[in-house]
Amino acid sequence: MSNSADVARRGPSSLRDLFFSFSWIALQGFGGVMAIVQRELVEKRQWLTAAEFLEDWAVAQVLPGPNVCNLAVLVGDRCFGARGALAAAAGLMVFPSVVVLALAASLFNMLDIPMVQGMLRGMGAVSAGLIAGSALKLTSGLRGHPFGVAGCTILVGLTLGGAAVLHVPLVWLLLGLGLPATLLAWRQLWLQARAEVSHP
Amino acid sequence: MITADLGAFAWGDCLALFLHFLTLSLLAVGGAITTVPEMHRFLVLDKHWLGEGQFSASIALAQAAPGPNLLFVSVLAWNVGANAAAGAHSPEMAWLLPAACATAATIGILAPSTTLTLYAARWVHRNRSLLGVRGFKLAMGPIVIGLLLATAWTLGAAHGLPQDMPVLWGLTGVAAVLVWRTRVHMLWLIAAGAALGAAGWL
Repeated sequence: MSNSADVARRGPSSLRDLFFSFSWIALQGFGGVMAIVQRELVEKRQWLTAAEFLEDWAVAQVLPGPNVCNLAVLVGDRCFGARGALAAAAGLMVFPSVVVLALAASLFNMLDIPMVQGMLRGMGAVSAGLIAGSALKLTSGLRGHPFGVAGCTILVGLTLGGAAVLHVPLVWLLLGLGLPATLLAWRQLWLQARAEVSHP
Repeated sequence: MITADLGAFAWGDCLALFLHFLTLSLLAVGGAITTVPEMHRFLVLDKHWLGEGQFSASIALAQAAPGPNLLFVSVLAWNVGANAAAGAHSPEMAWLLPAACATAATIGILAPSTTLTLYAARWVHRNRSLLGVRGFKLAMGPIVIGLLLATAWTLGAAHGLPQDMPVLWGLTGVAAVLVWRTRVHMLWLIAAGAALGAAGWL
């Protein structure tokens, strides 16, 4: 556990800290690591602000591969280069894979038992809620966003409807919503930068 | 004799598994879970390495267990190995083959995408002051939140729609509000879900 005295810029103190931090995060992540990684990195360890987390998660989400693993690579690489990326990704994977495979090996003949199925169903319902709650929490990272509250809400709604209700493949969502939104934000940043140059 | 034959057959399978997941890696935009239909086609329909029930139970188990959701790939491959080793009467094969399959599949699905992420993330970080990169990150914020809410919806809908499963969705809603508004530890919520489910209330 790192308790860096550096308040301005917290981060993992060593490769070992990085590895075990991500191990600890992953081992708490029942039903997926996304919810817990947000709470640990932003609220507890404060390696990232909510806005930084949202930006990194955007990059991790757009690239192919497991989002949480991509995020670990991003964070690890920024702290300690390629070795950091490897340490963070390995931390995420090593202990949880041992746990889940031990479970798979021992539970495999019990998966038909109604009580076990009920447990899996209850845990699944809660983990869906954990992800939704984390998403709502991340809205704090949108404060001061150039699209404003209304614009952000519309964009969230369109993405949710497209992905969950209409089952639009992610590639088309990114091209259809992400690209125009990026161009719009780009234009707003450009106008802002020009205004600052003419009225310093 | 039988063990040797099965061993030769199974190591070839292991390589085929590795190559299959290697090719899926760069297609997994939005997470490994988006390639589930393709894995199902390959493992269950084409190769008959897993039964239908084994396939969906593997995913449910990995989903409930701690760790990244991507571990469902390891569980699927473990069970492929376990099925292949079931005929062998050697105690080592019963875990060696599943372990080899799980390792091969997990490295296969991770290596290409992780390498790409490393280089892409460095490019983004170097160019973080470009207006285009800043615009992209800003614009993606609301989209990412929408996608996470959609993931929650899809996970919940796997057990039925809200009108069919009101209690289950009520539990999802309570968990969401507690995570959003309080600092209650997530493990307590998961444990409560498991207990309610085991008691048969869901």
